[in-house]
This record gives sequence, structure tokens and C-alpha cells, in this order.
Amino acid sequence: MIAIIDYGAGNLFSVKNALDYIGETSEITSDPAVLSRADGMILPGVGAFPDAMRMLKSSGLVDVICTEAQKKPLLGICLGMQVLFSRGTEFEETKGLDLIPGSVDRIECDFKIPHMGYNELHKHIDSPLLAGIGEGACVYFVHSFMANTTPEYIAADTDYGVRIPALVQNKMVFGAQFHPEKSGETGLKILRNFGGLTR
Amino acid sequence: MLSKRIIPCLDVKNGRVVKGINFVGLKDVGDPVECAKMYNEQGADEIVFLDITATHENRDTIVDVVRNTAKQVFVPLTVGGGIRTIEDFKKLLRAGADKISVNSAAVRNPQLVAEAADKFGSQCVVVAIDARRAEDGTFHVVINGGRIDTGMDAVWWAQEVQRLGAGEILLTSMDADGTKAGFDIELLNAICAVSHVPVIASGGCGALSHFSEVFQKTDADAALAASLFHYRELTVGQVKEHLHACGIPVRMDK
Repeated sequence: MIAIIDYGAGNLFSVKNALDYIGETSEITSDPAVLSRADGMILPGVGAFPDAMRMLKSSGLVDVICTEAQKKPLLGICLGMQVLFSRGTEFEETKGLDLIPGSVDRIECDFKIPHMGYNELHKHIDSPLLAGIGEGACVYFVHSFMANTTPEYIAADTDYGVRIPALVQNKMVFGAQFHPEKSGETGLKILRNFGGLTR
Repeated sequence: MLSKRIIPCLDVKNGRVVKGINFVGLKDVGDPVECAKMYNEQGADEIVFLDITATHENRDTIVDVVRNTAKQVFVPLTVGGGIRTIEDFKKLLRAGADKISVNSAAVRNPQLVAEAADKFGSQCVVVAIDARRAEDGTFHVVINGGRIDTGMDAVWWAQEVQRLGAGEILLTSMDADGTKAGFDIELLNAICAVSHVPVIASGGCGALSHFSEVFQKTDADAALAASLFHYRELTVGQVKEHLHACGIPVRMDK
């Protein structure tokens, strides 16, 4: 069972719909006990970094997420990916979950912000989530901030005038800057791959 | 590189697709979920539902349409038509819509755009602008399907809605709409010049070359069509293959 973490931010139902569609059992939850017995966790998120961290803290789930992430696969999506990093600089400097070293900063480029639409994945370090996904496959992004981290954590990036980390990983912690639940067959395949890791 | 998006639009009335004709392989041509799935299989990058339900009592039918579609189609879903309140936004977003498009309601109550952007984020607030050439050569914003000329300058309005928090502009040329003579390049360039959010081109497409033209001659980020796709004059797949052959970046994997 995959726990979809409900902390008040994010489009939980889109993720739930996608998991239902591919036949992965999942549960939307804010109960630490459910996170403990889950086989994997998904951390969604839409909005701003400081709000998300505030809500995570007030939900009392920070410790259990960090502990369980050492034992089972965790996938952060969009803002849920960003809060996996050490810190964010949106509005104010905020500490993140620090499961992947790096910071989350405003995208600096000459193109329109937010970076919105389908962009190509360029693969770097080997990732189980990208098994069967071709180089240049398109996924759907909507964001104005991006992760700054070192190459050892970048499984795929995308080109938007700057190289934006698209899929990051540190052992069993994964983060997708894009929305796999809104990226057609490619996105569903990535979620299937994640589901495979939980068994 | 960011892909240019191709977006089919389905007109929905009382929960049913209107103007349904016989599609090969579709069990029910009036079923919005079936139609959305078909577009999804053709490679549609997003799907727009335009709700043209006339009566207030039947307005919740679109919520069910969205809820059922979101269980089977995994690309962004946008809903437009008849959205007037924050409560409407909430209902549709909860049902699984990713973006909400407002048109007349934004003109009548610009604060709706600001409030929705503040509450749900700019990324889900699309402002649809219907524009028509005025006698002096400028573009005016029209509402109620073109029946009312607001007298408002469309370029000014495009800037204003961005200031209020719109995350995307869906621009329809009322001069080009229905002509099949091509997108309104002049209008698009006027609006794109002042836009720091994505602009979706709508109205006038009737041939493959119109899609390549709009992306070669303007900075539009996406192109939307309704009847062209609905009557199968072209498929989404054909349009994307044509754009790909022209060297325009499009998502070719599904």
C-alpha cells in the first residue's frame, strides 16, 4: 500500500486517481501509523515552500516521514519534491526536510515564469523510476522555483534556458519536479516503476 | 525545450458533448469521458471542457464530467463556462480539474481572478479573452459569446488580468472564429507582446498549415480547437506530426 500524505497542500486526488488507474493500492492519510505500515509514500504539494513546511510541521508528520524514508521508497511531487531538499528561498529562507542536499531557488532565465507545459527529460544517473522511459520523453511541469543540487542526485533534468533538475534521488528518496499524474503514459509508467519498488 | 501544446476543446451541455457525430470506435459520441479518452489517445496535451449548460439547476453536471474524466485521463484538464464564484472554482478543482477558465465573470468581477489566484494559485487560473477588431483598428474585449462589446481594449485587459494573477490567457479571435482561414496572427502578436504568462491561441484554424503558422509567426504557447477535432477534419495526432516535421517542438510520446 502506498500512503499519499495529506498535510493540507496538494492535489491528492489526481495522484490517487492515477494510482487507482494503474492498479496500485493507496490510501490518502495524515496518520503516522499508516505511514509506518505503508510500503511506500508519496508526498504531493502545490503552493509555496514556507506554507508547505509549516503545514507539514503542524501536521506532526515531519519526523515520521524522515524516519520512514530510510526504510521505504518516498516520492515527492512538485512542491513535495522541493521540500525534500535542505532549504528553500521562496519568500523567506525556510528549512526543508533535508533528505536530499541542496536548495530550492527561483528559476533565473529569460523565458516565461512559471515554467509550464511539457518538457523533455534528459537522463543522468541511473534511476529505477526511469526504467523503460526513453531519452527525451516529455512530462508536465508547473513551477517557478527549482532545485539546486549536485549531479550525484540528478536522475534527469530538463532544459529551460537553465538545466532544471526534473527527477532527483538519494537512496530511496525520489523527487519529481514534474507531475507524473498529469504526464500521460510516460507519467503513469514512472508511477508504475515507483509502485514496483514498494513490493 | 518546452513543447507547444495542442488542446482540443469539448463543448458540454447538461453533462453531454454537443454536436456529437459518429466517431469510429466510440460507443457513445455524447459521452465526455469517451471523447476525452479518444483525444488523450491521439496525444492531446490538455483537454478543455467548455460548459454551455444554460440552466443553473444542471450546472453540477459538469462537476461529474470532470470527476469521471479525471479517473481515466492523465493530462491537465481545464474547465470553462459559467464559473462565477470561488465556490465554483473549489468544486471543480476538487473534482479533479487542474485549471479553471473564466471569461465574462472576470470582466464583470475582476476581483474573482485575484481571489482565485490567491486562494488556489495562479497556475490554475486561466482568463479567456474574446477579442474583436474595432473600427479604429484596436481590439475590443467582447463577452456573452460576442454579443456584448465591452469597449475595453484587449491589450490593456490582458495586462490587467496578469496583474490580478491570471496564470494563462486563452485568447479567441471573434473575427477569425469559424472562418477556418487561420489564427489571428495580428491579435496574437499584440497580446503576446505584453504577456509574461502562456497564451493559448484559439479561433480560425482550418488546416494543418495554420498550426505551424501560429507557432512560427507568434509566441503563442498552445493552440486550441473544438469543431476541427470534433468533426475529425484533423486529428490531434496529425497536427502534432505536422508540427514535428516543421521542426516545432511537440510532445510526440503519449
